[in-house]
Amino acid sequence: MSTQIPKQTEESTEAETETEPASKGEERRAEKRRRAAERRQQRPEEEAEKAAADESTVELKVFRYDPQVEGKQEPRFDTFHVPFTKGMTVLDALMYARDTYDSSLTFRHSCRQAVCGSDAMFVNGGQKLACKTQISDLEEPVRVEPLPHAEVTKDLVVDMEHFYEQMEAVEPYFQTDEYPDGDLEEQRQDRENREKIKMSTRCIWCGACMSSCNVAAGDTEYLGPAAINKAYRCAMDGREGEEMKQKRLEIIEQEHGVWRCQTQFSCTEVCPKDIPLTEHIQELKREAVKNNLKFW
Amino acid sequence: MSQSYNRGLIEDFGRWREFEAGMWAWIFHKFTGWVLIGYLFTHIAVLSTGIPAAGASEAAIAAGNDVYTQTIVSLEGLLLVRILEVGLLAVAVFHMLNGTRLLLTDLGIGLDAQDKSFYASLVLTGAITVASVPTFIAGAF
Repeated sequence: MSTQIPKQTEESTEAETETEPASKGEERRAEKRRRAAERRQQRPEEEAEKAAADESTVELKVFRYDPQVEGKQEPRFDTFHVPFTKGMTVLDALMYARDTYDSSLTFRHSCRQAVCGSDAMFVNGGQKLACKTQISDLEEPVRVEPLPHAEVTKDLVVDMEHFYEQMEAVEPYFQTDEYPDGDLEEQRQDRENREKIKMSTRCIWCGACMSSCNVAAGDTEYLGPAAINKAYRCAMDGREGEEMKQKRLEIIEQEHGVWRCQTQFSCTEVCPKDIPLTEHIQELKREAVKNNLKFW
Repeated sequence: MSQSYNRGLIEDFGRWREFEAGMWAWIFHKFTGWVLIGYLFTHIAVLSTGIPAAGASEAAIAAGNDVYTQTIVSLEGLLLVRILEVGLLAVAVFHMLNGTRLLLTDLGIGLDAQDKSFYASLVLTGAITVASVPTFIAGAF
């Protein structure tokens, strides 16, 4: 301990002498800043060169498009070499590419743990949630594109407005006319009913299913798998009561409701939350038939 | 939204390599359905040309000299027709088997095994088609 004390004082005196001429210090700081900026500019290029030569990197081919910058209005693919780390997801790789090579690379992400549903993308020809898709499960080069059947706003960002409109069309919230007797009485759901709707409550509105559906692509009025699943979640909820269920079924059995589904199973294949979407749609179809068939 | 890029429909069938079983089943079902409709109309049109045979004499019919018999015999004499008949059988069998699969899907049965049932209907179609070849092709060469 004692041996270190003189060293410290030495350093401090040195620092003092350094800062004595104020203008000189400022000059030096300015120089430092300039060098840092230079380094920052050079870094992406150097890193990219190093990464391309390295074998333990992943090659990403990312769809790029920017309507506001001339020269970027024609869609193209950019290649990024990202150092692979164990457990790396597609989103991790994209974030590395953005932070290290090109800060203009644009994509949506928020929670990074498959809860918020903002980073659904088209990865190697399939709709995937980037934050729960392991790079190690994919073939290289990893092709990352924005969701198909949606208009691209910029790079990997697509316009989700239509998807949200369809979701809202089914009134995706709990409604009921049947209230419990007492003022402070709880409105309980029995266990079986909860089990029945369990999977359908998992939807995170990522839009992967809607993007994978060929029917939804051709028919913009079709509610789409996610919205129908949401309708299923509400219609099957025992607490909503008979009257509300009738109202729900009226929305579901419209011409562009459940009947557009042609059971391609694409939505069920891509759902990152493993919701059996086709099963739910089929059950609603049967429900709609039962609701309208009368034998007397 | 000010500006956006519309990639059109190319991404639908441009990515056919990535299609899953359910999608292939849908495509094949549509295709075979249209082929069967096309066949149905051709069938009616061709056989209608044999209607005058109804007025032919009994002796002509017994001897096989009427229009109807002549049409059938001449058609069956062509190798191409024989091969097309095998194809027609394959198309019809697949449409039936996959149709059964879709019926079960509508009833909510076996949705977890929908890919396996598609492969099963493909394999069965293949087997039945192969088994039918001797019957259809016999005497064509």
